[in-house]
Amino acid sequence: MPETVLTDPAATTREPGPRRVALLGGRIPLARLRDLALVPAIVVIAIVGQIVNPVFLQADNLINVLQAMSEMALLVLAQTMILIVKKMDLSLESTMGLAPGVAAWLVVPVGAGHGLGLLPGAWAIPVTLAVGALVGVINALLIIRFGLNGFIVTLGMLIVLRGVLTGISGGQTFFQLPNSMLYIGTAEWFGMPASIWICLVLFAFAIVVLGWTGFGRSLYAIGGNIDAAKAAGIRTERVLWIVIVTGSVLAALAGLMLSGRLASVASAQGNGYIFTVFAAAVIGGISLNGGKGTMFGAFCGVLLLFMIQNVLTLAGVPAQWIGALNGLIILVALAISRITGGKVQE
Amino acid sequence: MSDRERDASPAPVVEATGIVRRFGPTVALDGARITIRPGETHALVGRNGAGKSTLVSVLTGLQAPDEGEVSFGGAPAPRLADRDAWRQRVACVYQKSTIIPTLTVAENLFLNRHERGRGRLINWQGLRKQAQELLSTWSVEVDPQTLAGDLSVERRQFVEIARALSFGARFIILDEPTAQLDGAAINRLFDRIRDLQAQGVTFLFISHHLQEVYEICDMVTVFRDARHIVTAPVTDLPRADLVAAMTGEAAVDRLQVRSNTPDRSATSALSVQALGRDGAYRDVTLEVGAGEIVGLAGSAGSGRTEVAETVVGLRTAHTGEVAIAGSRPRPGSVPAALAAGAGFVPQDRHHQGFVPDMSIADNTTLSVPHRLGSKGFLSRRRRDRLADSMIENLAIKAPGPQLPVSALSGGNQQKVVMARALADDPRLLVLINPTAGVDVRSKEFLLHKVEETAESGAGVLVASDELDDLRMCDRVLVMFQGRVTSELARGWHDHELVAAMEGVDLDA
Repeated sequence: MPETVLTDPAATTREPGPRRVALLGGRIPLARLRDLALVPAIVVIAIVGQIVNPVFLQADNLINVLQAMSEMALLVLAQTMILIVKKMDLSLESTMGLAPGVAAWLVVPVGAGHGLGLLPGAWAIPVTLAVGALVGVINALLIIRFGLNGFIVTLGMLIVLRGVLTGISGGQTFFQLPNSMLYIGTAEWFGMPASIWICLVLFAFAIVVLGWTGFGRSLYAIGGNIDAAKAAGIRTERVLWIVIVTGSVLAALAGLMLSGRLASVASAQGNGYIFTVFAAAVIGGISLNGGKGTMFGAFCGVLLLFMIQNVLTLAGVPAQWIGALNGLIILVALAISRITGGKVQE
Repeated sequence: MSDRERDASPAPVVEATGIVRRFGPTVALDGARITIRPGETHALVGRNGAGKSTLVSVLTGLQAPDEGEVSFGGAPAPRLADRDAWRQRVACVYQKSTIIPTLTVAENLFLNRHERGRGRLINWQGLRKQAQELLSTWSVEVDPQTLAGDLSVERRQFVEIARALSFGARFIILDEPTAQLDGAAINRLFDRIRDLQAQGVTFLFISHHLQEVYEICDMVTVFRDARHIVTAPVTDLPRADLVAAMTGEAAVDRLQVRSNTPDRSATSALSVQALGRDGAYRDVTLEVGAGEIVGLAGSAGSGRTEVAETVVGLRTAHTGEVAIAGSRPRPGSVPAALAAGAGFVPQDRHHQGFVPDMSIADNTTLSVPHRLGSKGFLSRRRRDRLADSMIENLAIKAPGPQLPVSALSGGNQQKVVMARALADDPRLLVLINPTAGVDVRSKEFLLHKVEETAESGAGVLVASDELDDLRMCDRVLVMFQGRVTSELARGWHDHELVAAMEGVDLDA
C-alpha cells in the first residue's frame, strides 16, 4: 500500500456500521416492527367506526366483516406466497370462478341451467380442488419449466379461464348446488361461520410455515437472490412449483367458500378481485420485488381494507361511491406506507 | 525454480495439474497447474483472459475440467454434484455477492441449515446466538440482526468469509476482494486475512493490484494466455519480473505508428481544472488539445471512468471545472455537454450505449434530433439518409438502417455507438473502454476511426485499461487510486504502463 493511503484520515477512523433502529432496549429491530405497522391503523379505524356507528364493534358486524373478507383473504394468502418468491399470479381470480364452476357443471343435474349431472354431489369438492391444482400445474409448467414471463402467462390464463367458465355456463349462473358445496359456505363451527375459521387457521398455519420452517424461509431466499438460494443448496424449482400450485389450490378453495355462501356460481365469480388482492398485499408490506413482507402483514392489509369499507357503508356512503372510495383508500394507504417505509416502491 | 523446494513440504491444501478447459473453440485453460500449501496466502495474477476465473470455477467445483486432476489434501476432488463435500474443502468469496439482501445476517449465515427447536420449527433465538458466536469467533463486528442488504461491501465480505469458515473449509478463494473497497477498508481486510492466516486458514488471492500481492501474499502464480507461467515466493520475484511474466516478452516492444502533432494554437478541446469527487477521484487536471489523443489509463477503481463520465455530464464533480471547446457546460448535464461539442462512447454499451430493439437508424440518430427536422417532428427520410451515411462511414455490416441493433455482432454494435458519438461532428470525443468485447478487426477499425477524427481537428480522451486502446495516444495520463500519478509520452513500453497502472514503481 502506498504511503499516501496510510496518511489518509479515512484510514484512522473506523467505518461506522449500519445503525440498527430498534425499540425495547434493542430487542425488537425496526424491521420486525414494520410487520406490525398496520395494527395502529386497524385500531384507529375501529375507534372511528365505533364513533360513526355504534353497531361497528358489535360481534355480528365484526363477524360480517370477517366473513366478507374470508374469500379475498385466501387469495391474498396465495398471492403473498407467490410475490415473496418474486413471481406473480394474476389468474387466481379466474381460478376462483372456474374451479367451483367446473364442479357445478359436472354435478348440477340436467335441466337446471347448463349442468351435465355427470357426477354425484359428493364429487364437487374434490373436483374443485383438482381443477385448482391443474391450473397451478399449467402455470408452473409455463413459468418454471419453459421460462415464460409469469405476468403474461397468468394474464393469458386469467382470460382463458374466465372464457372457459363463460363457455361451460353459457354466460349464466349455476344454481341448485349440491349440499357438499353449500356446507363450507354456510356451516357454523363454534358459533362462527366455517369460512372464517378456515381463513384464520390457514393464515395462522402460513404465518408459522413462512416464519419458522426451512421451507418457508427458502421462499424468502429465492425471492431475495435466487442464485444465492441455489448456492445454499435450496432446490429452488421444487419450491417454486409447490408455491404456484398451492396458490391455485387456495384460490379454488376460496371459490368454493364464495359459491357455498352465495349458493351459486356466477360466470363472473371472482371477476376484478385480483386488483384488491394486490392492493391488500402491497398495503400489508409485501414487496412486488420479492423476498420481503410477512403473512401477518398481508392479513392486516386485507383486514384494514375491509374494515374501512364496512365503516363507509355504516356511515351511509351511497353504494355507488364505494368503488371510487376503495380506489382512493388504496392510493392513500400506499402513499402512507411509502412515507413510513421510506423506500421507493418499484 | 523454487517449485522443487516446495515439493518437500507436506500434502498441499489443493493441487491442480494439467487442467484443460475449453469453451467451444476457445481454450480457457491449457494445461494449467497450481499448488497451494497449507497456511500460505497464494496470489494468482494475470491479465484479463489469462484463465483466472476459469481456474476458480474448477477449484470450487462449479465446472469440471476437460482434462487434468484436482486434489484436496492429497485426496481426489469430490463429485461435482456433492456440493456439501466441496463446501467443506473450499469456499470462494466472489465479486458478485452471494448474500440475500432482504434477510438478516444471521439468517444468511445459516440459510437452509437453520437451527431447529421444538416441533422442527426454527429456533430464532438459538439461530441468532449461533450467528453471534460464529461472528465473534472470527471477530466480525456485525450485528446478526441487521439486514444483509444494509451492510457495506467490506462487512458483507467479512460475513461471507465467516460463512465459508462455518462450513469447515479452511481454504478460501478471494476473487478480487479489493475491487470495490477504499484504501482504509483494504487495510482492514488485509489485517483480517493475516489474522485468519495465523489461525491456519489458507488463501488464494486474486487481484489486479500487484502492490497488494507484495503486501499480503507469500507465493505468487502467474497465468498468461490460459497457461501457467511461473510460481515463486513473492520475495524471489521482483516487480519488474512479475510484470514481464504477466505481459509476456513479445508484447514489450510494439511499433507505435501514429505521429501527429496537435494544433497548439486552437482552443483546447477539453480543459479540466482541479476536478474532485469524493470517493472517486481528486485533484484531476488535464488538457486535451485540438487534434490530440490523450489516454486516461488506470485499473478498475482508479477513477478513470468516473473522470470521463464527469466530463460528459453523467456525473457531477464536487470541486473543479470542465471546459469543452472553450465553453463551460452546466455540470451534471449530458445535453449541455453534447451541446458544447462532446461526443461520447459510454463504458458499457449494453447498459448505456444503445436501445437494443430499436433500429440502427434510430440508435445512431438518437442524440441529434435537431438534424432530423424542425419543431419537434422528425423526418424519416432525413433520418435514414443520415443513418445510411453513418453505416457507410463506419462500415457497419448490416442489410439496412432498419435492422434492430440487438441483431448485430458486438463489434458492429460498438460501431453504432461510435457512429452516434460522431453524429454531430464533435469537437471532443470521450471514449470509455471503446473496444471492450469487440473482435480484432472491428477493434482496429474503431481505433483507426478515432485517429481519423483526431486528424480532422477534434480532441479525443480515451479512458481505458486496454493497452491497445492507449497505443495510439499522443500521451497517456495514468490514474491510481483517484489521482493522476504519471504521464507517459508516446513510445512507452507495455511494462512501464502496466506498472504505472498497478501503482508499482519499477525502480523500487
